Amino acid sequence: MTLPRPRALPSGRRVAWSRWGLSLLVLLGALVMLLPFLWMLSTSLKPSSTVLSLPPELLPREPTLEAYREVAASFPIVRVLFNTLLVAVATTLGQLIVSSMSGYAFARFRFAGRDLLFAAYLATLMVPFAVTVTPLFIVVKGLGWTNSYWGLVVPALFGAFGTFLMRQFFLALPIELEEAAVLDGASTLTTFMRVMLPLSGPALATLGVFSFMASWNSFLWPLLIVNDPQLMTLPLALATLQGLYPGQTQWNLVMAGTVITVVPMVVVFLLAQRWVVEGVTASGLKG
Amino acid sequence: MYEHGWRRSLTLALFLGPSLVGMAIFVMGPILASLGLAFARWDLLSPPEWVGLANFRQLLADPEFWRALRHTLGFLLGYIPLVMSAGLLVALALNARIPGQGLFRAVYFLPVVTAWVAVALVWKWLLNPGYGLVNHLLGLLGVQGPAWLFDPGWAMPAVILTSVWKDTGFVMAILLAGLQNIPREHYEAARIDGAGSWALFRHITLPLLAPALYFALTISLINSFQVFDQVYVMTGGGPAGATTVLVERIVKNAFSYSQMGYAAAMSWFLFGLIFLTSWLLTRLERRAR
Repeated sequence: MTLPRPRALPSGRRVAWSRWGLSLLVLLGALVMLLPFLWMLSTSLKPSSTVLSLPPELLPREPTLEAYREVAASFPIVRVLFNTLLVAVATTLGQLIVSSMSGYAFARFRFAGRDLLFAAYLATLMVPFAVTVTPLFIVVKGLGWTNSYWGLVVPALFGAFGTFLMRQFFLALPIELEEAAVLDGASTLTTFMRVMLPLSGPALATLGVFSFMASWNSFLWPLLIVNDPQLMTLPLALATLQGLYPGQTQWNLVMAGTVITVVPMVVVFLLAQRWVVEGVTASGLKG
Repeated sequence: MYEHGWRRSLTLALFLGPSLVGMAIFVMGPILASLGLAFARWDLLSPPEWVGLANFRQLLADPEFWRALRHTLGFLLGYIPLVMSAGLLVALALNARIPGQGLFRAVYFLPVVTAWVAVALVWKWLLNPGYGLVNHLLGLLGVQGPAWLFDPGWAMPAVILTSVWKDTGFVMAILLAGLQNIPREHYEAARIDGAGSWALFRHITLPLLAPALYFALTISLINSFQVFDQVYVMTGGGPAGATTVLVERIVKNAFSYSQMGYAAAMSWFLFGLIFLTSWLLTRLERRAR
């Protein structure tokens, strides 16, 4: 997020007080936001013997990595982490390629039915996933892609949002840049790669971070097409981990799995905060 | 675009082709298929059979469906006012100059980037009646906390609270962007005219923030009609069916009971709800201007 414009406040002592009160409220709210993360981390570092202690220990008295070792022993967690990363990276790269090219086509080509086709793209944005999920499952099953990386990646490559985002970005770029390249005899593909893409950093970053996050956090689709633990992604593995121990959920193990799921996304967020916020708010998609 | 004749067509196919083929197979095709399925009966084994409006008649007579619809609307009625007012409060607070502003924004946004499954599990553990932190903290205040997800009366409020916690940062981010677009001069001019803080908020901030508010509200509504992940992980629809929601019924009917046509009909009903709500909001916004 960018820095705010300075905002003039009422003058005098009232300002100081109201600003103190405001800061205090914001601080309290921030604690409410952070406490669950702290509780998650703290539980994951507890030995099984003290997880259910009363009163609950906010911080583990004897922190241990026992829970992480046990998760690794009872679940192919490294493989799951690798799956999630592979699927997210493949989805992101694919989305960037497919969407930037189609966005460019809609922005700069003239062809019969272009506006109608683009309207059809936009219309799909209104349709909830619940509508398409059944036929989509049948298509993917027909292709033999259940329990495969293909099934996890390929359907996620296509969506009107990426095309829309890239089209709007290209439309805002001055066409003179491309004309200069064409005068030098460059083909459309060369112009696109050498002139347009290097200028598209902000749009590509927004779409890229958005695709990565959507893929990393995706749950319903993997739940439907994957049941082989070797092919699970983190959210699915987490939900499975919860039910792995009948009778009593092993909360330190589940929280260890949760930490493994959450930390990479938090790192991505902290490194690319601006693009994450932009991608999420532009698309309306949440984790 | 810079080529001519067949080379131009080839270039267009190269640029648009992959997206178009993918959209046709994985998005538009399934949408049309689903529309057809809504008027058919199909159990995946025998070929689909056209049944006209039978699925929709079944829908109206299905108590499970009505219950899921009631719960979805109940979720929405609890979630929307809370998440909108929490998001607005935080946005207003973080738009003023306070120390550590950037850090606070990041903190409030953190739950938004966290996977729903992870959030749902952490809150399930926080809300554990016997050993969870929430009831322990309530106990310190002298309040006997409820059984939350194990109590049919408290399960949905717990899901709502968790959802508000996760999405406050989302509403905040949209509204902050809106607030930053309000020119400072408006406030200065009004203050010279002697307007107080409330008048400034009521007559400058609120009207100029309206587009951002409508946008956040529309997105939040669309998403809350489709509430699923948190319910699936936190309660699985329980206890005693107290939190079954529409998308969960759709998924169950399609993938557990193999009633593909019925599930499709239900999903188009959901689409109708979403479409109608967005349309009403757009009209409302237009009239307000």
